[in-house]
Amino acid sequence: MTQTEIAPMAAGSPDRLTGLKTFWHYFSVNRGAVIGLFVFVLLVLAALFAPLLAPYAPDIQDKTAFLRPPAWQEGGSTQYLLGTDPVGRDILSRLLYGARFSLLIGAVVVTLALTGGITLGLLAGYFRGWVDVAIMRVMDLILAFPSLLLALVLVTILGPGLFNAMLAIALVLQPHFARLVRAAVMAEKSREYVVAAKVAGAGHLRLMLATILPNCLAPLIVQGTLSFSNAILEAAALGFLGLGAQPPTPEWGTMLASAREFILRAWWVVTFPGLAILITVLAINLIGDGLRDALDPKLRRS
Amino acid sequence: MLRYLLNKIALLIPTLVGITICAFAFVRLLPGDPILAMAGEHGVAPARYEELKQQFGYNLPIWEQYARYVGEVATGDFGVSISSKRPVLEEFKTLFPATLELSFFAMVFAMVIGIPAGIFAAVKRGSWFDQSLMGTALVGYSMPIFWWGLLLIIFFSGYLGWTPVSGRIGLQFFFKPITGFMTIDSLLYGKWDAFRSALSHLVLPAIVLGTIPLAVIARQTRSAMLEVLGEDYVRTARAKGLSGARVIGVHALRNALIPVVTTIGLQVGTLLAGAILTETIFAWPGIGKWMVDSIFKRDYVVVQSGLLLIALIVMAVNLIVDVLYAVINPRIRAA
Repeated sequence: MTQTEIAPMAAGSPDRLTGLKTFWHYFSVNRGAVIGLFVFVLLVLAALFAPLLAPYAPDIQDKTAFLRPPAWQEGGSTQYLLGTDPVGRDILSRLLYGARFSLLIGAVVVTLALTGGITLGLLAGYFRGWVDVAIMRVMDLILAFPSLLLALVLVTILGPGLFNAMLAIALVLQPHFARLVRAAVMAEKSREYVVAAKVAGAGHLRLMLATILPNCLAPLIVQGTLSFSNAILEAAALGFLGLGAQPPTPEWGTMLASAREFILRAWWVVTFPGLAILITVLAINLIGDGLRDALDPKLRRS
Repeated sequence: MLRYLLNKIALLIPTLVGITICAFAFVRLLPGDPILAMAGEHGVAPARYEELKQQFGYNLPIWEQYARYVGEVATGDFGVSISSKRPVLEEFKTLFPATLELSFFAMVFAMVIGIPAGIFAAVKRGSWFDQSLMGTALVGYSMPIFWWGLLLIIFFSGYLGWTPVSGRIGLQFFFKPITGFMTIDSLLYGKWDAFRSALSHLVLPAIVLGTIPLAVIARQTRSAMLEVLGEDYVRTARAKGLSGARVIGVHALRNALIPVVTTIGLQVGTLLAGAILTETIFAWPGIGKWMVDSIFKRDYVVVQSGLLLIALIVMAVNLIVDVLYAVINPRIRAA
């Protein structure tokens, strides 16, 4: 759409990426990514200021207002903007508090998966040989199972709950990071700057962490963003199946699970939590697309 | 070609061993005593406990237990379900066609819409259609499908009353399965109303399960087409004066479909994971719902063998995709 505005640049020169300004230039070309970022910032604010924004506490029950429809529908009132759930809790308040859980899930899962993936990927790509074979066989094995199934089974072993769900999802998502880091390390390892550092006497740890790793960051950031949204979806799915966060936690997937039996009577109990999940995941995926365009010179629109 | 195939299979052996170790370890990693865990709240008499311990071989050293387990699995013995007392493999065989039928229709839905939409978007790159299709595809890709299913039920089953809420076929229809596919069996018996009932039960779950593959296929088709449309041979074909439809349909599409076929094959894992959610929402009697139900029933023999069987299926399909890919694209074979 605005292809002509982009100044011709030497593709693939990594030093160009260092400038935050250059990055923003490429990122902001993608209108969707900017919208996604805007929505994401709103979500973070909603999560941070949930106690101030929410009209009610998330677990307070109004015994006079079970399944009250949203304000604009007949029978609804501005007292409960998005209506109430089957036990008389304000849905809007629960959604606002729920944003905390979703963002927490995303952040924790990505941190765990990144740490594990970077460590294993670095070891495999740097040392090769049997270390590589052993690590990558285990990664292949994890990827051989459908992710949700493996997460389900892991949660069965660990016991249901939000934290265990996060652990399980991190484990399931982590091979993607390991593969990515390994491939990047293998590509970088024979470059001159690495050889130069080696000749200068840098040890294994320094070569891996200080010399090679910073040059593998771009694909990791993109994968991290996509995993963030994946983690939210999978955690919501586990919550929906009753194996993630447990009621009365206002986690969106868990909210959906307890609303299921009312779907034909009270559409709003089901609609809003799911919409919240969709909007969050969509915003993050939009950001991910923008990041990929901005950070990956190969995919950059020419 | 044969060497390529053998090579591929050899590479799968460690994964295969790993899968059996995972399934074997699953029951032993469960918190507490596996026999007590399986017995659940009712507990078990001490004599019966010893008997079960012997039966499952828990008194043997761990490697002997594993060897025994592999021996059982290799001979097709996947254990007996604790809750239904039926052999797990037999249950699997009756339930798997339901998942297969659902997945098949989901994939048909995804391909019939996704491929033409992707082609059209690529041809009309940057157009209104292209932009809205890519936007919709991203929404589809971000969709929590369990919620999507509930929404469709609210609208089509609740509000419009067009489709049934759950199950595979109306309760009034019963016939002995021939293929296990309700849509085929009903036709084989010549029952049109049963066929209609089966289809109406199938529509919503197939759409729900096909949504994410649809988004992935549309995006993949579009980008593959865009790449191919820039190639020299397409320009040559145009320069020769061939019609636009022929250039796109024959010269471009045939080459663009190779990565699309691979993508479709790789959706199998997504489909099976999606089947867990879709089947749960629509009470569809397939292996996804079977797994979830078994977890809640603490029927760990089923969970263990189900895990193994599903991983084997995914592995087999991925192998088939790899081989097909090599058949279509000779360059892969040489590598």
